[in-house]
Amino acid sequence: MPYLFLGLLFGIVLTKGEVISWFRIQEMFRFQGFHMFGVFATALPTAILTVQWLKRRGVRTWSGCAIDVPPKALGSGRRYVFGGLLFGVGWAFTGACPGPLFALAGSGVTVIVLAIVSALAGTWTYGASRPRLPH
Amino acid sequence: MPDFLVAPWPWYVVGPLLGLFPALFLLVGNRMFGVSSNLRHMCAAVLPGQQEYLRYDWRRETWNLLFVLGILLGGLIAGTLLRNPEPVAIAPATQASLGALGIRDFTGLMPDDLFTWTALGRPAAWVLLVAGGFLIGFGTAWAGGCTSGHGLSGVADLQPASVLALAAFFAGGIIGTYLLLPIVLGGFG
Repeated sequence: MPYLFLGLLFGIVLTKGEVISWFRIQEMFRFQGFHMFGVFATALPTAILTVQWLKRRGVRTWSGCAIDVPPKALGSGRRYVFGGLLFGVGWAFTGACPGPLFALAGSGVTVIVLAIVSALAGTWTYGASRPRLPH
Repeated sequence: MPDFLVAPWPWYVVGPLLGLFPALFLLVGNRMFGVSSNLRHMCAAVLPGQQEYLRYDWRRETWNLLFVLGILLGGLIAGTLLRNPEPVAIAPATQASLGALGIRDFTGLMPDDLFTWTALGRPAAWVLLVAGGFLIGFGTAWAGGCTSGHGLSGVADLQPASVLALAAFFAGGIIGTYLLLPIVLGGFG
């Protein structure tokens, strides 16, 4: 249940912050406005400082379990470059990343369900072709 | 509703709030905050099939699917109770750039020219939704994360892989915006 509540908050912040707006994403990729850059420029330091503080202080979860963050293997880095580039194009086309897809559906842009279904097909296709893709 | 909740929230409120999510997920249950893994869980739930990639117990990830349900409900609340009646105040330069691509509607979060059911009469709307959605699902699965999982969680943990992924997301977005969008909007009508 805490995650449902966190999702509710996340969806409200994404929507009220216009992070789910195709217009704002276009403004960002065209470097014509500050809004989205201001969001990233404050979100990233906040995320880094809070997570590093939790790790360095050895803070535990609220139920007392240890916190450990598994590292992501860099490897050749190709999966991040190729996958990242493809996702970036999808981000520019729809104006949405995965979180905003669902916030948009909730906020009334119901036609976005076509993009959600298509995203599921994309993830399925990745799964089917994974053995043949560079990672 | 108070005005400050209905008006669009400024970047200096939105950024820090979004930035808290990786730490909140760790505090609540030592979970990695990220959205795109849920696309995989949904595939695993609906189409288990013969794929190695989808052969795991998605029920253990129900907490994350609940998070996504929450995002949807959050969008619903923000789009109804907290709805901002004003157009998104994008830069005049962006209005001009998009106007040159044939965008006429600037009243909501998304242009009605492309992102409504009636706009589906235009092939370009299909391309943006279907090809765009497919690339989101394929690309985030390949990269192992999206703007949340890499952009916020991974960067917060100072993972080189996530910094590389975030840079690639942006590069892809710029290619999509400058090279491909004019082709889609011009060529498909």
